[in-house]
Amino acid sequence: MDIHISPHDGVPIYLQIVTQVKYLVAAGRLAPGDELPAIRVLAERLLVTPNTVARAYRELEVAGVVEKRRTAGTYVADAGSPLARRERLKILAGRVDALLAEARQLGVRTDDVIDLIRQRDELLQPAPEEV
Amino acid sequence: MVAVPSEFSGNVIEVAGLTRRFGRKAALADVRLAVPRGGVFGLVGVNGAGKTTLLKHVLGLLRAKAGTVRVFGRDPAADPAGVLGRVGYLSEEPDLPGWMRVRELLRYTRAFYPSWDEAFAEELRAAFGLDPAARVKHLSKGQRARTGLVLALAHRPDLLVLDEPSSGLDPIVRRDILAAVIRTVADEGRTVLFSSHLLHEVERVADRVALIDRGRVVFSGGLDDIKGTHHRLTLRFPGPLAAPPPLAGALAWDGAGAEWAALCSGALDELRGAAAGCGAQVVAHRVPSLDEIFVARVGEKATAPVEG
Repeated sequence: MDIHISPHDGVPIYLQIVTQVKYLVAAGRLAPGDELPAIRVLAERLLVTPNTVARAYRELEVAGVVEKRRTAGTYVADAGSPLARRERLKILAGRVDALLAEARQLGVRTDDVIDLIRQRDELLQPAPEEV
Repeated sequence: MVAVPSEFSGNVIEVAGLTRRFGRKAALADVRLAVPRGGVFGLVGVNGAGKTTLLKHVLGLLRAKAGTVRVFGRDPAADPAGVLGRVGYLSEEPDLPGWMRVRELLRYTRAFYPSWDEAFAEELRAAFGLDPAARVKHLSKGQRARTGLVLALAHRPDLLVLDEPSSGLDPIVRRDILAAVIRTVADEGRTVLFSSHLLHEVERVADRVALIDRGRVVFSGGLDDIKGTHHRLTLRFPGPLAAPPPLAGALAWDGAGAEWAALCSGALDELRGAAAGCGAQVVAHRVPSLDEIFVARVGEKATAPVEG
């Protein structure tokens, strides 16, 4: 799991982990059923406190991205679960609100925002496996 | 003053009303500090702010003249054996006997700690590439720091105290030290207190932070809380301003003309309201880094008279 922490840019570290795991899942580099590293293992590798990793995993669990299995570990959730889907849409709605507010403030029309989302989505399509 | 034994409250360290003067200089002024059990507590401040003096009180190397210091509910100056046996300590320049060989130093230190874990000490020594036959005085600065780290960790202390551990060390040794901090707290219930002026390191590994400036605790709290109550707002005014306007909550300003960035403390909607109140539009908002908060907080006090 390829995660990089940048302590300089002001984004809380747990959020950097959350965002990057979501990205890895979205890009297909983490598949449903894949196991995430144990909290202390990832903490030591990233040199961040275990509490930060634990918080990131909690947020990812609430967002339905990962699930805990019998306290044996944290796994990427099956995207098909309806509960997870509802949770994800709820979180996305908040992000969309923030995005629209910012767009309005910057004078960008909603149609242009939608076009931009399509463009970015194409860029996010899983790239062919590099050898 | 006779210290009344305090009820052990679950905080590993409790400091209250601690004041210390060196001559006319107030090194610590009415310091209050509570370090809860588990997690990493970062003590930040510029050199000479009082971090080392505070840590020396925690370790019982200095006796509190005014105020109280409790570690594991005990006074470290009155009961050094009861406290220091459970504490691992690494200072910026570890004072190690240069004539000893690494092997001898480990054996010597082990005698002081009933809980010394020989297998763990050996594991750390090997991982750090420390030659057991090398004389301490011939070790590089980095290897000396690693030796100090083995001595501080090998008895698996309940509390690990590090005073500017990364200062002047190369990134690889710094990494070893930070990894040791993480490993220590990953063991259930252990606590780390470390001082540093490398704020990006503190931001990475600390759960809680206290900022010390000229002997005073400017703020103390969870890193997430501190970051959640500070905001960097970029404001756009209808016309150019010679100086930023008074804005409730603003700690520091940066900018020119019609656009000014304020580092503020407070609730975001109140800050937005205050900005609107002085005719400004908030065009950007982000969470500041600990470094930015530190500069804004310490800069704020730079004009206040230094007492002494």
